[in-house]
Amino acid sequence: MNRRAIGALVMRDLRVVARSRLVLIPLITVPVILLVVLPGLAALAPSLFGPEELRELQGLLDKMPPALIAPFAGQSPEQQLVLLILGYLFAPLYLIVPVMVASVIAADSFAGERERRTLEALLYTPTTDAELVLGKMLAPWLAAVAVAWGGFAAYAVVANVAAWPIMGRIFFPTALWWLLVLWVAPAVAALGLGVTVLVSARVQTFQEAYQLGGVVVLPLVLLIVGQATGVLFLSPEVVLALGAGVWLLNAVLLRVAIRSFRRGEILARS
Amino acid sequence: MRMGTVAIRADELCRRFGNAVALGGLSLVVETGEVFGFLGHNGAGKTTTVRLLNGVLAPSSGSVTVLGLNPAREGARLRLRTGVLTETPALDGRLTAREALAFAGEMFGVDPREVPRRIAAVLDEFGLAERADERVSRYSKGMRQRLALARAILHGPELVFLDEPTGGLDPVARLGVHALVRRLARGEGRTVFLCTHDLAEAQALCDRVAVLQNGELIALGTPAELAARLGQRSALELEVAVDQMPAAQAALGAMGFDVALDAADHIMVPGVERRDIPSIVARLASEGVLLYRIAPCEATLEDAYLALVAGSDR
Repeated sequence: MNRRAIGALVMRDLRVVARSRLVLIPLITVPVILLVVLPGLAALAPSLFGPEELRELQGLLDKMPPALIAPFAGQSPEQQLVLLILGYLFAPLYLIVPVMVASVIAADSFAGERERRTLEALLYTPTTDAELVLGKMLAPWLAAVAVAWGGFAAYAVVANVAAWPIMGRIFFPTALWWLLVLWVAPAVAALGLGVTVLVSARVQTFQEAYQLGGVVVLPLVLLIVGQATGVLFLSPEVVLALGAGVWLLNAVLLRVAIRSFRRGEILARS
Repeated sequence: MRMGTVAIRADELCRRFGNAVALGGLSLVVETGEVFGFLGHNGAGKTTTVRLLNGVLAPSSGSVTVLGLNPAREGARLRLRTGVLTETPALDGRLTAREALAFAGEMFGVDPREVPRRIAAVLDEFGLAERADERVSRYSKGMRQRLALARAILHGPELVFLDEPTGGLDPVARLGVHALVRRLARGEGRTVFLCTHDLAEAQALCDRVAVLQNGELIALGTPAELAARLGQRSALELEVAVDQMPAAQAALGAMGFDVALDAADHIMVPGVERRDIPSIVARLASEGVLLYRIAPCEATLEDAYLALVAGSDR
């Protein structure tokens, strides 16, 4: 395995992404909105809610499995609301970040490279197909995980600071979030990457790849709706199973994606 | 040229895309140190051939060895020893020239301690040193082409594939590329596989040329051989006084030459061999025809190419 070439490819792809406004704008704005602005505003929610809304909250808490209800015990309704929003309801929202980052960079790295007509020079380098695709996949995945982890740190600070007047203690991160961050976020980043690589093999431009690759966010939206309506709650067991399922899906998806990136296939399509 | 050492040997090399034949049964040998010209219209199969010879594309049938390796099975090892200038420069505009070259150096396994020195050398050679730290997006078309050339030879490849290397270059830069090709082959013993539309360039630079049309090899030889074999025979262009045109025509006709009038005072005499020239001049002088200009026109590679392509089209 030509590690030096793989490393060079990763560094080059990250460097050009950092210089591309088209790619950089969603990479900055989406995490900032989801992981800084929204939790900051959410921490203010209890002061905006009246007794009626707080009673509805109780209805949602009643639907939660017993294992999840424990942290809510002995908390005031306002504190329960903070725990519910920042500890549970925002959890699937967080997963949008690694998916989106991986998709945007992969779209630039695969479809964008073809659109800019720079791919052919890369195909003439002394790398195998596997080394080439590994290098090109590592950059989006590493960036996605780094942004997700950085975003998690920012979320933790914002949540604790903004909710301090209500909580009066550091309540975040919870065990559930650690699982999400360390187990599920890298998995969904790989999922977004795999889907975008597959899509990129069939489209001509960065924009097409980015938009079509974005469909991978849809299951996360369902997860968000499921949590908000009380149909599904992300317990640690569910999160472990979810991560395992996504990693399994990734194994299949990445295998297909790697096949779609054979030199001969790319040139035959172009 | 290291005669007898084979750089490329293709035998009935064929590539199809669906039902379309991009290359149909190419057989040729390119010797080490040779500048080998590969001529043909757009879509003739030149780029497909370069891809096959570098293991970037697998052949549908036939066999090929390049630098003793099988490109389809040992592509990565082979590409370590080849350098390719693609038809478009294929440079990311977001990188600077120095970054693009450093990336190439890493991809091609150049010793990290050696990379800065080599980059400085090629930047100097291609006149890019002063703007080496500018992003490529700000470069002109000619500068990008020069940078792509610099990248193709940065790692010191034994075999260099140049696809239209002077496209988009000004005359001075073109001469620089010609000098580079000569230096690579004559000075350093490298093999150059030159795909070009520019027939004068091929004639000036190539030891041998192959002509490809619709994926088929239709001629192979030295430029002089092809010109002599396939081009029009040599001709003689004469400039005489206008009032002496009838006398000149009559004298040449009496010698058995068909005369074409190029202009009021110009005569083109086709089919004239070099040995005929003194007797023509003597005969015209004896007839009292005043000659102001005599220009022998040798058959060129361009004549040969046009004859070949026209013949093949019929």
